[in-house]
Amino acid sequence: MKPFRYHRIKTLQEASHLTQEPGAVILAGGTNLIDMMRLEIMNPAAVVDIQSLPLNQIETLPSGGFRIGSLVRNSDLAFHPSIQKEYPVLSQAILSGASPQIRNQATVGGNLMQRTRCTYFRDGISPCSKRNPGTGCSAEHGYHRSHAVLGISDSCSATHPSDMCVALAALDAQIVLEGKKEKRTVPITEFYLLPQNTPWKETALEPAEIITAVDLPELPEGTRTCYLKVRDRSSYEFALVSAAVVLEFNQNQIQKARIALGGIAVKPWRVPEAEKLLHHSTPSKKLFQTCAETALKGAKPKKDNEFKVELAKRVILHALSLASKTKKE
Amino acid sequence: MPINAERSRKKLTSLKVNGRVYEKALSPISTLLEILREDLGLTGTKHGCELGECGACAVLLNDVPVLSCLTLAVECEGKEITTIEGLADGNRLHPLQTAFAELGAAQCGYCTSGILCVAKSLLDKAAQEKKSNPGRELSRAEIKEALSGNICRCTGYLKIIEAIELTAERLNLFHRCEPVREDR
Repeated sequence: MKPFRYHRIKTLQEASHLTQEPGAVILAGGTNLIDMMRLEIMNPAAVVDIQSLPLNQIETLPSGGFRIGSLVRNSDLAFHPSIQKEYPVLSQAILSGASPQIRNQATVGGNLMQRTRCTYFRDGISPCSKRNPGTGCSAEHGYHRSHAVLGISDSCSATHPSDMCVALAALDAQIVLEGKKEKRTVPITEFYLLPQNTPWKETALEPAEIITAVDLPELPEGTRTCYLKVRDRSSYEFALVSAAVVLEFNQNQIQKARIALGGIAVKPWRVPEAEKLLHHSTPSKKLFQTCAETALKGAKPKKDNEFKVELAKRVILHALSLASKTKKE
Repeated sequence: MPINAERSRKKLTSLKVNGRVYEKALSPISTLLEILREDLGLTGTKHGCELGECGACAVLLNDVPVLSCLTLAVECEGKEITTIEGLADGNRLHPLQTAFAELGAAQCGYCTSGILCVAKSLLDKAAQEKKSNPGRELSRAEIKEALSGNICRCTGYLKIIEAIELTAERLNLFHRCEPVREDR
């Protein structure tokens, strides 16, 4: 780990001010940041420890739905009775990721900001435009079994590793950003940027801005959800493919559907074209199959990750079938 | 002041480990794991992957299991840290340590201290929950999930799980369907 200045701050203004400094990073749970600093992939000049800020509440919003403070620990969020009851897909997603010890440390804001597990990015040596802008992408002609097939560019096909964020994308979560003059909220799908030819720019977060909360819109009565994750071993592993499905039901008809995919895209990936097929429809295997095909239409697999396309279709089909049979408690 | 000297400036920090307070000048770049082992001489907590992948360095922070390799020591001011050295009460072993010894639930032993800390937290939490829910019992699935971040490279998981079950049984937190085989 390279030396850095350590600031433990008490107010948002202080944090916002200090993070404007070039090379400053925010420390919350640290499970990803300290890891990156140990690998010397991230070498911040200053570490701004925001753990003393009062951002660890889960509250109901006046408009319905919930506001989750960005310092709420992943375990606390997953086991929160209201979250388990109202947004089971979010609890399932969080509990399918990492280990209990890491979930005890990791925060909501940190989970949103976690970096990719691409081995070329993490090895610190290979050419990687995300780590060292302009050096190219080693995965392009290297081994890319774990890499993305959706949203990729020539300069990067690294996947976003989070499970939680896939569920948040399917829930239409809003990210609350503070620190600049105007407090603003950004839909999670717009919070993440496509790599294009600037893969080092990952989020819409601007200097001096800090994630202070995540807002979850209220789900109508009768909504059915499911998080399904497929991985190489049954625990403590990142997704090969995952799907978060949120189906708003009226009697036996799907009114609205939201599907988000993980493990196969450069960011938590929504599939609006596929979702549209399910609006005002009667669930059936055939419809779900068409929906899965549509969701993967834009996929650009390479030799080692071709299997992910078929796997993703089956995961979507299965997740839709499971969700449509699961009544919201 | 040269940039690295300025950044490495030590910070006087008070750490409470196993009930004892230590005043230490800590460099911000030191992880809790490094300080425990190298400055406080508490070498029971083990260095494993140092990247949060193996669980060998698990300790309790305010009774919650965390990875000391991913925690800066300066972050821990004002928190209660419990390491493997804090489990026994003087010469009296913690019930988990007794059960691990009885069943031989350690092979090379490198993962054991992390696992014991995680298991202690699991049992303490279940005992707490039992107060409001008398039917509360642990299941093998719950034990396995709690240990999912602790890698045993000797692959001796079965005995580890059985030793935790035996402890839980003795604390009235686990109901066994079959008796433990004597030859295990």
